[in-house]
Amino acid sequence: MCGTCGCGEADVRVELLAFGPDRSGGPDRSRGPDQEEPAGHGHRHEPLTGVVDIETALLAKNDHLAGHNRAWLAERGIVALNLMSSPGSGKTSLLARTIAELTPSRPVSVIEGDQETRIDAERIRSTGAPVVQINTGAGCHLDADMLARGLAELRPPDGSLVFVENVGNLVCPALFDLGEAARIVVVSVTEGEDKPLKYPQMFSVADLVLINKVDLLPYVDVQLPRLVAHCRAVRPGVRVLPLSVTTGEGMAAWCDWLLTCDPVRR
Amino acid sequence: MHELAITQGVVDAVTERTGSAPVAVVRVRVGRLAGVVPDAMRFCFELVTAGTPLEGAELEIEQPEGRARCRSCGRNFALPDPVLLCRCGSADVEVLAGRELGVASVVMAEPAG
Repeated sequence: MCGTCGCGEADVRVELLAFGPDRSGGPDRSRGPDQEEPAGHGHRHEPLTGVVDIETALLAKNDHLAGHNRAWLAERGIVALNLMSSPGSGKTSLLARTIAELTPSRPVSVIEGDQETRIDAERIRSTGAPVVQINTGAGCHLDADMLARGLAELRPPDGSLVFVENVGNLVCPALFDLGEAARIVVVSVTEGEDKPLKYPQMFSVADLVLINKVDLLPYVDVQLPRLVAHCRAVRPGVRVLPLSVTTGEGMAAWCDWLLTCDPVRR
Repeated sequence: MHELAITQGVVDAVTERTGSAPVAVVRVRVGRLAGVVPDAMRFCFELVTAGTPLEGAELEIEQPEGRARCRSCGRNFALPDPVLLCRCGSADVEVLAGRELGVASVVMAEPAG
């Protein structure tokens, strides 16, 4: 079993979708961030008896690997953004439209996380952006080691923007630092205005909340100001941008926000 | 079900320190605001400890309450959930406790014989 995630390690698949003639060579894994920590063991010389203090944070290993990712990204001036939401909030559609608006002014690539299939990666590939699909199998979230493996396959150019689309899940991904510059939580108005209160852990780690599908507000029983207030109840002062991927409303403000992102965590 | 990953982390953190010596009790700290369900951890514990030095060990879970301090009025208060709101109406609140997530200590098994 994988030491960081609960999934079977053999179940995780990382695949670069063929893209352009100059990327046909095998990926140089040595260019990715450190992927594996040597299996450590205590430097113990006497038999342990009685009570032994451990005092170790349970996410210490993931956080350590996330630190490697963060340093690797910062050295190259690459901005990695972790997009999290429930399934169906419109993350992939948002990315497809964002890529269309940002290119060619800024190189963009994508790491897609899903339990199964290459459906999302194929959608991204059709936009022309390089994309790696990570299938987590039984796993319910991406972790820092998976991102390291994804980056080693993707080989994003220096100074570029990398979107990491996490597994659609409003619970587990919140706990796993990937080494990203910012965490973006996407919620669509069709999910109801109480989502931030029902899943506070996720919204409490957001650096930015995108409220998608605002074109559907006339058809749903959701008051936008209340949804915004609920986001700020669990993440005081968080920046919230309402938008519609379908109509394009709010996309300009989102793209402006992206241009202000630094590689180092904000 | 991130509790499976978290509970695997318990085994890793302990064996890194205690090696192959058998462990009788594992004491973990899971704050009430940590986003981890203790019952789910207990469920996973038996599964992930099978075949390790922690097999058969008792899992003791301490659950520190959430506590916070309001930066606006200075009040120190209990935080039953992650909605950061003081009675004075301010959301400018510092979480003091409740987010703990770690292994505190273990009790080694008595050597046989």
